[in-house]
Amino acid sequence: MSAVTEAEKILPRTIHVIRQGSDKVFRGILIAGGLAAFVLLSGIFGYLAISAAPVLRAFGLEFFTGSSWYAGDGLLPSEGSIDPPTFGLAPMLWGSLLIAIIAVAIAVPMAIGIALAATYFLPKKLAFAFTVFVDLVAAIPSIVFGLWGFFVLMQHGALWAKWLNTNLGFIPFFQVEFEGFEQSPFMAGLVLAIMITPIIAAVSREIFASVPPELITGAQALGASRWTMIRNVVLPFSKSGITGGAMLGLGRALGETIAVFFVLQLFFDEVNWIRILESTGGSVASLIVSRFGEAQPLEISALFGAGLALFLITLVTNAVATAIVSSTNRAKK
Amino acid sequence: MSNLLSDTPTQPWKTVDPQYRIQQLGTHLGTPVLALLFTVITPMAGFTGFCVTWLAFHILSAALLAKYGKKQKSLANAFLEVFVGATIFVFVTFVATVLWPVISNGLVGITHLNLLFEDAGKVGADEPLSKGGLGHAIVGTIIMVGIATLISVPIGILAALYVTEVRGKLTPLVRFFVQAMSGVPSIVAGLFIYSALIVSGILQYSGFAGALALSILMLPTVARTAEEILRLIPDDLRTAALALGGTQWRTVRMVVLPAAKSGLITSAILGVARVAGETAPLLLTAFGNNVLNVNPFSESMSALPSYVFTQMLLGGDNDMARAWFATFVLLTTITILFTSARIVADRMKRN
Amino acid sequence: MSSQDFEFVANSENAMETKDINVWFGDRQVLANVNLEFPTNTVTALIGPSGCGKSTFIRTLNRMHELIPGAKLAGHVMLDNEDIYAAHVDPVDVRLKVGMVFQKPNPFPSMSIGDNVLAGLKLAKRKVDDAEFILEDSLRKAGLWEEVKDRLKTSAGSLSGGQQQRLCIARSLVLKPQILLMDEPCSALDPGSTRRIEETIKELRETVTIVIVTHNMQQALRVSDYTAFFLSEDGRPGHVVENGLTHDIFHKPQDERTDDYVHGRFG
Repeated sequence: MSAVTEAEKILPRTIHVIRQGSDKVFRGILIAGGLAAFVLLSGIFGYLAISAAPVLRAFGLEFFTGSSWYAGDGLLPSEGSIDPPTFGLAPMLWGSLLIAIIAVAIAVPMAIGIALAATYFLPKKLAFAFTVFVDLVAAIPSIVFGLWGFFVLMQHGALWAKWLNTNLGFIPFFQVEFEGFEQSPFMAGLVLAIMITPIIAAVSREIFASVPPELITGAQALGASRWTMIRNVVLPFSKSGITGGAMLGLGRALGETIAVFFVLQLFFDEVNWIRILESTGGSVASLIVSRFGEAQPLEISALFGAGLALFLITLVTNAVATAIVSSTNRAKK
Repeated sequence: MSNLLSDTPTQPWKTVDPQYRIQQLGTHLGTPVLALLFTVITPMAGFTGFCVTWLAFHILSAALLAKYGKKQKSLANAFLEVFVGATIFVFVTFVATVLWPVISNGLVGITHLNLLFEDAGKVGADEPLSKGGLGHAIVGTIIMVGIATLISVPIGILAALYVTEVRGKLTPLVRFFVQAMSGVPSIVAGLFIYSALIVSGILQYSGFAGALALSILMLPTVARTAEEILRLIPDDLRTAALALGGTQWRTVRMVVLPAAKSGLITSAILGVARVAGETAPLLLTAFGNNVLNVNPFSESMSALPSYVFTQMLLGGDNDMARAWFATFVLLTTITILFTSARIVADRMKRN
Repeated sequence: MSSQDFEFVANSENAMETKDINVWFGDRQVLANVNLEFPTNTVTALIGPSGCGKSTFIRTLNRMHELIPGAKLAGHVMLDNEDIYAAHVDPVDVRLKVGMVFQKPNPFPSMSIGDNVLAGLKLAKRKVDDAEFILEDSLRKAGLWEEVKDRLKTSAGSLSGGQQQRLCIARSLVLKPQILLMDEPCSALDPGSTRRIEETIKELRETVTIVIVTHNMQQALRVSDYTAFFLSEDGRPGHVVENGLTHDIFHKPQDERTDDYVHGRFG
């Protein structure tokens, strides 16, 4: 036993690791590759901030809270403008958020149903084919959804919107100030919902698949039906994972550009808070595409400001989502 | 006793009571018929009306069967099945309406081979399909996606190798930033390249600028899938190679990368599928062009998605037909790429 | 006592010696003061119940231990009169002199049988003129030549588990190591393959010093000249209870715990 007590006094020695030249270079290159994402993200932030600086300096916080987008003569008052421009992003910011929330509200139940089907309801081979199909939908380019929204969904969607307005118009969300149901936040949200359903479904499916099998067999041994098993074991276990997936979908919906561009009527002068069926909406990303072509330098700077806001919002959303998803992943291990 | 020794194996738990089967069949056939009748008789509108009534009848029958049917279930259990079925139906129906117009309108163009090989230099607004084509957009997409692949696949694999091989202190940060980067909106990637390279005068509107914007979007996809693939390579192999006196570099080059080869190709393909359809960033960087341009470093360049975008804004019937055909080409390519990548990846995961 | 002023004259008849090896994972000590000698061209078996640190110990002998995050170590491993943990020693050189065979056969799946055997040469960047001869020689020593000589170009995945393990032995012999470490090489194999590998070990003993970790007492008795019995009691770090000639350890052990263990009364 003396050996053990003696050992307690001994301290570990430093292990010198000599690396050969090739390994030093190799590890250096890997570190550079690993940091590429960080460098690019900082670069994006830096360049957008610098390019947006003229407008941010001139308008300050007003740029984010104001409700007007007027290019004027493209000069600031200090530069002797006769027709001074005003840039306020609030209708676009709120609009982006509103349609993203609508999209998530529609997509989450659909994604849960799809993920449940793939994990618990469909036979194995069919489930695999269905999973590949759902993932493939995530790879369909947004321009295709834009075409779909414009040529297919809009006609039908306008009828649904009208029906909602006439029959459920007492609910504030379904009220409109003027009739024009075609390019509304509801429509954009619907398009985005189909686009983000595969993302949320993929995350949910992974979480469902990671429910410890002993919990499931345990529930079955207690005579649980499929519903009681899902209700009492699967959903409680997956709750935060699904939340994370929903936030990933939210981030994607906030940043989507082209699909929204075709199905949303931008309205610059007032925030449309909740009238989701009305053809007046906002979207930061869509604003950038629609104004970019004809903008003068000052408005370009304002569009960079819009891009910066969009970048930061999606970054935060995505970071929170990642943190939630990876913490549940870690918990299950 | 003879039963116990019976040598024909059976799966008694799989036998379905015929009466139950009739019930199921009745529900699945009966409810749409009822819904159809109901839609025709009452002033319900079209396909949507049919779907809504169908769902209503389905819920009703599920409730009734749960209570009075053979193999009784709890009401909640029955509703769950209807819910899951309905989500599949709604999603598949929506996606079918997304794909169908692309196929039906796109096939119109398939008889005009000139569409694939000529450019749009001499095509005025709304001219017939027999004139000109979108070859310049196909070439542009190939060039830009090709350059983006050459840039982001190596960097993406390096980032993945950092996480799986170096396993240094920065690992969680690297993963976090890669994940964060995958959330960068495509329009923001375009704005970034525009401001960093075009406004500053380093590049003009060009294919290369477009390719850089695409590689920003491609990098996280490649890095994440490559990391997943490299994780599948058992640590046993790394230890074996190190025990044989391999340096880390030679271990990775001779053992890890060859073992992961097909998976890494998959990650590249998924990256290509991710960006081939991107429109917004190209509008700000490659701008678009009516004629063929094969030089990525000078003059603007067209691509399939931005071609579709501009054709759509023109709006004439023949312009639209061209747009649909371009969409058809794009979607077919992406579907083939994506499906093959998935099948390879699945096979690799099973081994 | 730092490694620089360490003066420890190794016995020239020993291929390798360890001096006061202590091992930690993080703050948890798993081995205490292991002093062992491995005489040249002998087989030493390390036995003991699971978790006694014998696999950890064998990994300190070719510097594979340090690849585990949080691993720490004190003490010295003398090879050719030099501490392999001395600051100027490249771990890659140590691993070239001290080969290792693992519990689970791990041939490289992307390489053919022949390439697998010669992989060490490429990994260590050694140029040889007689690759063909080395290939045959190593496979013969590992007792696999007759079975694979006609299909050297086929994938290593087509071999059985026992054949794969002998392939791994052949692979480590190519570098002509002075010492071969074997970490439970037969625990994943069937009795037939185990017997083949034991025969291989007996033949290899002519040229290589072998250290083998085994759970199987009969195997230790069959193949080894010396045996060291490791034990970790009541959560204390593992240590060597007794070591010496295999015959003595099994037939007249000095310590009661050794006696109990080799007679299967615990472990």
